[in-house]
Amino acid sequence: MEKSIFTFIEKCVACKGCEIACAVEHSSDKTLFGALADNPRPRQRVRVEAAGAYSYPARCQHCQEAACIAACPMGAMTRDPDTHAVYVDSHKCVGCWMCVMVCPFGGVSADPVAKKAHKCDRCPERTAVGLDPACVAACPTKAMVFATPEEIAELRRQATAAAAAGIATTPVASSVAAWRTMKGGA
Amino acid sequence: MKPIEIPIVEKSLLAIAKSRDMGTARDRLAAMKPQCGFGELGTCCRTCYMGPCRIDPFGDGPKEGICGLSADAMVARNLLRETVGGTASHVGHARHVLLTVRDALDGKAPYQIKGEAKALTLAKLFGVATEGRAAADVVRDLLNIALQDFGRQDEQPNNWVSKRAPAAEQELWKRLGLMYSNPHNEIEMAMHATSMGNDADPVSMLMRLLKVSLVDGWTGLTLTVDFQDILFGTPEVTVTEAAVGVLEKDSVNIAAHGHNPVLSEKILEWAGKLDAEAVAAGAERINVVGVCCTGNELSMRHGVKLAAHNSQTELILTTGAVDAMVVDIQCIWPQLAQVAKCFDTAFITTDDMVRIPDARHIGFHPEHADESAQEIIRAAIDSFKRRRGKPVDIPQHKTTAVAGLSVESIVDILSKVDAADPLKPVIDNVANGNIHGFAGVVGCSSIKFRDKAMTEEMVKALLKQNVLVVTTGCTAHICGQAGLLTGAATDLYCGDGLKAVLTALGNAAGLGGPLPPVWHMGACVDNSRIVDLLGAVAGRLGVKVGQLPAVGSAPELVQEKAISIGGSFLALGVSCHIAPAPRVLGGPLVTKILTEDLQGITGAIVHVELEAQKAADWMVAHIAEKRAGLGLK
Repeated sequence: MEKSIFTFIEKCVACKGCEIACAVEHSSDKTLFGALADNPRPRQRVRVEAAGAYSYPARCQHCQEAACIAACPMGAMTRDPDTHAVYVDSHKCVGCWMCVMVCPFGGVSADPVAKKAHKCDRCPERTAVGLDPACVAACPTKAMVFATPEEIAELRRQATAAAAAGIATTPVASSVAAWRTMKGGA
Repeated sequence: MKPIEIPIVEKSLLAIAKSRDMGTARDRLAAMKPQCGFGELGTCCRTCYMGPCRIDPFGDGPKEGICGLSADAMVARNLLRETVGGTASHVGHARHVLLTVRDALDGKAPYQIKGEAKALTLAKLFGVATEGRAAADVVRDLLNIALQDFGRQDEQPNNWVSKRAPAAEQELWKRLGLMYSNPHNEIEMAMHATSMGNDADPVSMLMRLLKVSLVDGWTGLTLTVDFQDILFGTPEVTVTEAAVGVLEKDSVNIAAHGHNPVLSEKILEWAGKLDAEAVAAGAERINVVGVCCTGNELSMRHGVKLAAHNSQTELILTTGAVDAMVVDIQCIWPQLAQVAKCFDTAFITTDDMVRIPDARHIGFHPEHADESAQEIIRAAIDSFKRRRGKPVDIPQHKTTAVAGLSVESIVDILSKVDAADPLKPVIDNVANGNIHGFAGVVGCSSIKFRDKAMTEEMVKALLKQNVLVVTTGCTAHICGQAGLLTGAATDLYCGDGLKAVLTALGNAAGLGGPLPPVWHMGACVDNSRIVDLLGAVAGRLGVKVGQLPAVGSAPELVQEKAISIGGSFLALGVSCHIAPAPRVLGGPLVTKILTEDLQGITGAIVHVELEAQKAADWMVAHIAEKRAGLGLK
């Protein structure tokens, strides 16, 4: 199957590097300082949300059976035939927000300037030349990876086997574990 | 366990802000969340332009900076720079006070020397002759000794640390290479050492951190307080009130906010002199109230009422009743100018280093202090004229608060019990266990902890376990607002032993009731008074300060100054509880040194705990260890 973006929540430190990289990728010249000159400013399509001691970069999951595609009365929510990513055809979107309502992941938001549905397109220009999506490439802790579901399942199987065999994974430093315990507390 | 509620003062003020549809720091914090883990862990380095570098705490990403800097070196570097920020603040404050004293002596600034007693005490310590000499000459000699430290390049020991600090600790600091000479040199060297391509050894940087913290402790805090006492007098016990309810609807309310009494003393003086102008404008009077630490300064020396701690500064403006908020240095939120714009509030900056967009700036220089103070008071009266008749919303919360507990005033009280040996009653009761020990609960008020009343709950838990609490800074405001700075609090919150001692001492001193269980010792700069108190007790017992059953705590850390103050306590051998965690957890070695290994170096450690009860329990247990070390049960 095609690659998708997977998130390992325990590695996210809420630096929001993915948010910045996403906005820059969707700017006119795809550089940080160039993006600042765009009007309107480019908007990120991933948002790091707080969840107690953890944080999670929430975005579109590009579902195989996408509720947003089914719900869109205008046929604006489209699946790219090459990448299989779900994207908004903004010429067709009328801003009814049915997609916002039906998405179980909060993956679709409303662009307040364009008044159109706004979401992750999984960086078609990057993936076409073999690059990871911008958010994945920017993640300094590799909390996000761009891989096929088969590859991720294999990783999980291997981890399960290692745990069953009592082979310890590399532990984080105790001070870092203490930070995680306290994060969100203050 | 009963649920902990947001303190009533905050609750009322936040309701007003909400009713006026005004966002507060709580909203800005919510928008900021989740906050960046690299910043929290201390593993973000922006020192050079190969970076910024961030070290992955989990191992798949970068393990060192582009230059090869380790995670531990990175967090030590960042923490040392925080320490420099704190130390520079206090040393700058000290120098400003010194120059004001100089100008006063030269007849160039309209200030009178009110603290002759303090000058005479210090003269003895510094070997300055006093016999048959005018007070001004004694003060000038002391001033020259202090100023000498700022210009020296001879590497001789700094006067203020070598003459003022306890001898046993100085021996330790000499051995560890922590004694310093010129305070500015240490600030310079620490900035130099932490710039790109210099110190990369976390242990070396932590030792420098202790050294820079000592600069804060002695040339920052102690020097400032000594000369503030010389200039304005040493505080005596006084009764005041705390919380927003001290604002008066029909008076010209002037909130003095910041840290430097060189400004606020003049504001208070001229508020008295210009009261008739306020009355002529239709006001009952001019009501100067204290905010943050300059508020503490005024409450300590004049019983001025305490209106707000730091995290309430924007909230009290939403009452619409503050006619002028006049600020000097440190902890001034830029947001205040924006909130003031929504009301008839004059938000006035005075220090040329603290300029805030949309504030009115009235530069305050000691030589023109009288003129500037009058201009500020008249601006407040003008604001009142515009405000008069408009509705205001002042929550009616306020509590009685005892302030003015300098070491001198504490000894005065205790002298009424035992004139020959004033500290004896306290020491006897520590020995017999009625007083378990002492906790210095100091520092900031943080919106991250206010809504669970971290400071109040921790202090109450300490009192219950017979720990006598001394406090300064915004923590003192919090304690005041919670009613902890009163004799009544002794009956309400103290364990039996502490209650019996404070009641007996209060009665013996002729106060007709117990002493408060929490002693308000001043502004954050007045942490040197706590050190002097510990030094006096240790001296009386013939032990080191670090051996005393005493512990420090900054339960709501916000400012860099709290880091350098904490460092100065650690150097003295006094362990410190702190919340939130300092930004070092991305460095396992630095974390271990601060929380464990430092014990073998200065005899103190850092303990991080975010829960009030657990923090108090750790402090009580730590004191128990110290008691055991002294052979006490």
